[in-house]
Amino acid sequence: MRASVRCVLRRIAPLLAVAAICLVVVAPVFAQGGPQPPEGFVPVTEVPASEQLPAAPLVMGAYAFVWVVLVVYLWSIARRLTKVQAEIDRLVSRLDKGA
Amino acid sequence: MAEFFRVAWLVMRKDLTVEVRSREILYTTVFFAVSCILVFSIALVREGRPLEDAAAGILWIAIAFSGTLALGRTFERERHAETLRALMLAPADRPAIYLGKLLGMLVLLVTAEVVIVPLVALLFHQRLDVEPGLLLALLVLGTLGFASVGTLFAAMLVRARSRDVLLPILLYPVTIPVMIAGVRGTSALFQATPDVPVAQMFIAILAFFDVVFVTLSLWTFEPLMTE
Amino acid sequence: MKRALPVLAVVATAMFALAPFYIMQAPIEATMGLVQKIFYFHVPSAMMMFVSTFVCGIASALFLFGKRERADRVAVAAAELVVMFGLIVLVTGPIWARKSWGVWWQWDARLTLSLLLWMIFLAYLLVRKYGGPGSEKLAAAMALFGMADVPFVYVSVNIWRTLHPTTSVVPTLQRSMAGPFWFSVAAFAVLYILLLTLRVRLAHQQADVERLYLIANED
Repeated sequence: MRASVRCVLRRIAPLLAVAAICLVVVAPVFAQGGPQPPEGFVPVTEVPASEQLPAAPLVMGAYAFVWVVLVVYLWSIARRLTKVQAEIDRLVSRLDKGA
Repeated sequence: MAEFFRVAWLVMRKDLTVEVRSREILYTTVFFAVSCILVFSIALVREGRPLEDAAAGILWIAIAFSGTLALGRTFERERHAETLRALMLAPADRPAIYLGKLLGMLVLLVTAEVVIVPLVALLFHQRLDVEPGLLLALLVLGTLGFASVGTLFAAMLVRARSRDVLLPILLYPVTIPVMIAGVRGTSALFQATPDVPVAQMFIAILAFFDVVFVTLSLWTFEPLMTE
Repeated sequence: MKRALPVLAVVATAMFALAPFYIMQAPIEATMGLVQKIFYFHVPSAMMMFVSTFVCGIASALFLFGKRERADRVAVAAAELVVMFGLIVLVTGPIWARKSWGVWWQWDARLTLSLLLWMIFLAYLLVRKYGGPGSEKLAAAMALFGMADVPFVYVSVNIWRTLHPTTSVVPTLQRSMAGPFWFSVAAFAVLYILLLTLRVRLAHQQADVERLYLIANED
């Protein structure tokens, strides 16, 4: 395969991956069959005020949890990456000295 | 093709011959299952008597726990005598070896169930003669599903560290569909008027599970057991 | 892929910054009220979790049967992501459930099998960590079996009557709710690719360290 074609493919690969993921995710959902009477969600324009207060801390708690998990995981990856990078640098310098 | 089944038959016969001579695993499996049933019956009590509708659940828990032990013991025996390595070195189709071990395991577990199931029925006042065919199908297919995954995992864990605790950790989540189908199907049959369509549906699910997972195990046995 | 990383990071951050605004604008659902808004993060997380199980399964198959080393690294990365997104799903779900159904947990089909998929991939990570040498193959087999279990999730949802909204709810989603929902899905998809790429890079580097140790010890 020509180098330039490969280069282009490598660039658009992330986008293709996103598209592929979206398709894979959506397919089984649509495979369930044609539209059926909505069984879960119906929007409404008005909501009695009494409904809102108890739910708010739960909603915010849920979103906060999501954020915390994502941040912790990113931090964990970053920490491990720096550790491994330091290890590699150490080994490379040791090998260079030896050689 | 004939060679494949011949090898499987030979492996199964070897396992069963060894077992028949000592009967060690069979006796310990049955006894452990009985102890399990006893503990659960005592633990799940209402008004001083064991819960009647817990029979199906207790039965399948006993099968799962004692089955795990039996698997562990069988492969421990192999490891100890280094026969597994000998089997791997033999010029035989690897999947055939897996099939042989699976069938041996299945015979062992079903034999244990011959004792366990009537015992459960006795303790929980259940009748076994209402739909015996369906019950038998449920038990055999369920045990086959459990054993198919269990034999593969136990074989591949033979050389691993912490193999005793890793086997249940790996086995139980994967075989939960078997447990669900087995328990629900059995409890459908244990009702006052057995719910035959439900039981048949779960038998179908178990059959499907068995086909998928035996095939998957046959397929992965070779790459897993080679270095 | 290296060039794409900063772009992905920026896009992901931007989308996640915008998402709450879209979600706030979405209309409030009739029976469940405000708490249904958890759905906008809960469902995409669940989608990413399931996608990741397939990625891990396929990578494990490539590793076991195709004997491709690199596939094993993608597999371990995907498994970690299953556990992470699964954690999000299994915590935000009960929070939502507590408010709308009154119970923290229900042993219905989809909940049970989401939990069990999570446990399967947790077991995958445990085997890799404590199984000793050669545990990569064991874990790969575990992932394959886990992936084979996934169809049983959809089958059991259709067989059992459950509390969980049926799968068909997404195509019939009202227009006003569909926008923020699919935006969230896209945001999570971008985030997933970003995290997967980072984690795979970590796995490659760890493999490099092993190799360098071997070379260093040869001298």
